[in-house]
Amino acid sequence: MALIRDIAQVCKSKNAGPFELTIDVVFEDRAMFERVRATGALGPPLFARLYGVDVNDVLFTEFPAGNAFKATIPRAVGSGDVGDTDVYGAQQHAPLLDVDIPL
Amino acid sequence: MTTTIATDEFRLLSTSGLLGYGFPEASLAAGLAVKPHMIGVDGGSTDPGPYYLGSGKTVNSRRAMKRDLRLMLRAALGANIPLLVGSCGGSGSDPHLAIVCDIVREIAREDGHHFRLATIHSEQDKASIKRRLADGRIKPLGKAGPLDEATIDRAAHITAMMGSEPWARALDEGAQVILAGRSSDPAPWAACAIRSGQAPAPSWYAGKFLECGATAATPKGHDCLLTTVAGDHIVVEATNPIRVCTPLSAANHSLHENASPCIFVEPGGILDGTDCRFDAVSERTVKISGMQWRPMPYTVKLEAAEFVGYRAITICGTRDPMLIGQIDSFLESVRKNVEDKSAALDVSPNQYKLIFRVYGHNGVMGPREPIQEVRSHELGILAEVIADTQEIASAVLALARVNLLHVDFPGRMCREGNMAFPFSPSDVIPEPSYRFTLSHVVAPNDPYEMFPIEYEAV
Repeated sequence: MALIRDIAQVCKSKNAGPFELTIDVVFEDRAMFERVRATGALGPPLFARLYGVDVNDVLFTEFPAGNAFKATIPRAVGSGDVGDTDVYGAQQHAPLLDVDIPL
Repeated sequence: MTTTIATDEFRLLSTSGLLGYGFPEASLAAGLAVKPHMIGVDGGSTDPGPYYLGSGKTVNSRRAMKRDLRLMLRAALGANIPLLVGSCGGSGSDPHLAIVCDIVREIAREDGHHFRLATIHSEQDKASIKRRLADGRIKPLGKAGPLDEATIDRAAHITAMMGSEPWARALDEGAQVILAGRSSDPAPWAACAIRSGQAPAPSWYAGKFLECGATAATPKGHDCLLTTVAGDHIVVEATNPIRVCTPLSAANHSLHENASPCIFVEPGGILDGTDCRFDAVSERTVKISGMQWRPMPYTVKLEAAEFVGYRAITICGTRDPMLIGQIDSFLESVRKNVEDKSAALDVSPNQYKLIFRVYGHNGVMGPREPIQEVRSHELGILAEVIADTQEIASAVLALARVNLLHVDFPGRMCREGNMAFPFSPSDVIPEPSYRFTLSHVVAPNDPYEMFPIEYEAV
């Protein structure tokens, strides 16, 4: 078992403008980033599944300079619109924490 | 006219990530000691939601903005360098800009400052946006659909996000203090550096750091950041000695609130950080090089917010295990009772929205919550009603409160009441509800025409 909560240094979410949510997973060093990258576990299909969005709506970026992976998805509703639960989008990361990376 | 300042590096100082967040005075003094060529702060963000743009109210308090501005004005005028404040008041519409202008004039009177003030407006009148729409100059971004006139008509405020050019023009025309409406966050810094003769790529990249104050440093905190643009690279440094910028902290800053850590769309071009290198210069400073600027057809982003309705809310909690075990069906039963009782008050379901957020269940993630099973021994419920009038919102919310308390459910033992209400009165009237509407760009005739500049001798 290699859960993201145990092997990542940072796992966070935030608005990227009023209509998108961006989720970052950062690893402590390049070696761990490369091990995770090699599994291919972090990618658009994972984020599409976890957040219930179309895989084509996931903008996924591998960012070696930051030992990081980033996924940006449409928000369920615009920030602060009727029924929104998280105006800043800062608490939408948790489903990633329990993802098991097959290292 | 472009003025070339006789130096091969250009030093930009940012006081914090947002006007009114505060910063240590010692950090500003340490920044001034290295003789920056300007001082700036970003004043705005869409992050706190649509209420601010919609209502014209500021995100940070007048008192907090005044404290920051007083220190910044004294520093900038004392050093004879310009002071630039972008996206004034949080959203940069005309009411927001007027509030910040008023604070600056008040400080000038109190402290005996005299300077040439430029204000750059970004509020757009509806007729001009409709004309640009009719001319085919407005395009949707992302998943937004085509813009229509009705959406324009419903907007409480529409702003356009200026690029670097209006800032540079105000500097060319002798402004010492520039207060601007909605601006691309990095634009004030990019404008100063480009105007001094630096290349666009590092100038814009510098702005991406400076707009967030010391966010790129560790430990994070609301504090000052110095960024030097020199030829093909920039150097970032927190002026507070307790904060350090490392290659990793600087690289990871580009993740913050951006859809991509590498591709940033700005008015007139794309800033591309795909090939950026982050190298430590010292234990506290980082050099960044390799950024590219690709000129693109000039577009500016539009932002707008519209009024949704008046609100009433109540907060309560349950500790009853039988109720917790059937919370979803219970709330549907409450909803049905509210509908029936509202009908008796001549209020139909299409006249209000009733929203429950259940903390301990799915209050944080709503429909995206993957855990369906309720594991908490108590649940918090936030009930919200939105309606066209406050009277209807408050009346329906009162019905929701009563029914949350008294609606029966299978196996009910807590027959005196289902909910613990912490407050009397239990019903709260918050500020009205707004929503962001536009996610579109417009192609102006030139970078200036949507952003009129006014000058004033203060």
